[in-house]
Amino acid sequence: MAYVQRKVQFVGAPDSNPETKPFWDGCAAGKFLLPRCKSCGKVHWYPRGLCPFCFGECEWVEGSGKGKIYTYSVMTRAETPYAIGYVTLEEGPSMMTNFVDCDLSALKIGQDVKLKFVPSEGGPPIPMFVPV
Amino acid sequence: MSLKGVGYIVGAYEHPTRKASDKSVALLHAECAKGALEDAGLTKDDVDGYFCAGDAPGLGPLSMVDYMNLKCRHVDSTDVGGSSYQVAVGHALESIAAGRCSVALITLAGRPRSEGQATGTATRAGSPSQPEVQFEFPYAPATANMYAMCATRHMYQYGTTSEQLAWIKVAASHHAQHNPHAMLRNVVTVEDVVSSPMVASPLHRLDCCVISDGGGALIVTKPEIAKSLKRPLVKVIGVGESPKHQAGGEIDLTYSGARWSGPPAWEMAGIKPSDIKYASIYDSFTITVLMQLEDLGFCEKGQGGKFVADGNLIAGVGKLPFNTDGGGLCSNHPANRGGITKIIEAVRQLRGEAHPAVQVRNCDLALAHGTGGSLGTRHCGSTAILERE
Repeated sequence: MAYVQRKVQFVGAPDSNPETKPFWDGCAAGKFLLPRCKSCGKVHWYPRGLCPFCFGECEWVEGSGKGKIYTYSVMTRAETPYAIGYVTLEEGPSMMTNFVDCDLSALKIGQDVKLKFVPSEGGPPIPMFVPV
Repeated sequence: MSLKGVGYIVGAYEHPTRKASDKSVALLHAECAKGALEDAGLTKDDVDGYFCAGDAPGLGPLSMVDYMNLKCRHVDSTDVGGSSYQVAVGHALESIAAGRCSVALITLAGRPRSEGQATGTATRAGSPSQPEVQFEFPYAPATANMYAMCATRHMYQYGTTSEQLAWIKVAASHHAQHNPHAMLRNVVTVEDVVSSPMVASPLHRLDCCVISDGGGALIVTKPEIAKSLKRPLVKVIGVGESPKHQAGGEIDLTYSGARWSGPPAWEMAGIKPSDIKYASIYDSFTITVLMQLEDLGFCEKGQGGKFVADGNLIAGVGKLPFNTDGGGLCSNHPANRGGITKIIEAVRQLRGEAHPAVQVRNCDLALAHGTGGSLGTRHCGSTAILERE
């Protein structure tokens, strides 16, 4: 079955949210920025201003965009079927995402994936993943 | 201090409606309250504590005590989704122990069916101020696919199969055939479940609970009052509650909050899982049941599939009769929250008031567990253990 990209919605106004604005500005510039703690050095997800492991201050570092599928589900009962899941990033944390540009019935846990930015309606490009 | 024995459930009422297009949500709450008070042999003037959650309209307890004209010394609206009502039982015990109230009313009601919500498959945006919303909503999380992701991982890690999950629905359907109020009363087979249309892989249509209107209510009170009433005595002997979330990205979707809400409840009750004669297990989806059974210690982690296969959850057949009213999978899931109906059926079993075809013999110890929120992101597990005195 040929892959069809569904319309991606976005909620929120990145410009008025200083906590996450750098992340979305990065996406708009084609950079995948991850929040890393300046105290404990750990990368977390989803991005917060204070580290969820130690409440340390965080900085943005560019991620590799590489990871492995932790889990997934293909939403068959949707106007355009899509695959939602979690990818475990090379940098450590797992993030919710969609798997795109692929045969949705061939997805496997543990599969290597790489980042792709997909445009959203009325919002920034959204980080999604394609099986390698 | 231990809350064991601080309170008894003396009133339990489940609204018979499954579609309430002619009633408001507030009216449904009030009808449930009236039903539970009549069941207990109390009046609304006896209520001095009120407990509700996010399904209550307006400002929750304020709107509802005004609507019902209750004179309360204490209100609590802890909202942890469908698990809120086991939590409310625990909080009612705390309030009774602290002298803040003596007759606690807990209500749940809603009408998602009349309001036409595609509850399980629709993506709901939430508020932009929710910190996670920007990082989740674009990926179209819906209720069904959040639970389905847990099933995918459980299957990968433990070899659980769709056929094993299907046994959970089969058991529920065997019970629902005896419940005249159940939405789905046909007995189904494993083959029926696995050949029903896929909703969110690997969950099929028959792995999902129904969407229904309705509600329920409970009355929790102190021993002196409970013993003055004419109903069988159902004592709360163990409670536990615990949220589970994404842990900063260090996720593990193979277990639920029951892993943490169970142990304090077992410890308080002083009993073990094998002592339980009947269990109400939250059944938004078949996978929800499977993970909770493991996490509550009814079987080893990863062995849930084997445990539920061959009808072990069917009353009169298996070793752990569950959801003998048909549960959320077949009977109802009012307000998309099944916690309170779990407690109500456990109370029926302990009183000997379940349908004769599914009544567990000598049922003296029962458990009612809730899972509220989303198994795939953040949720709460809540456990209540009840004893027939």
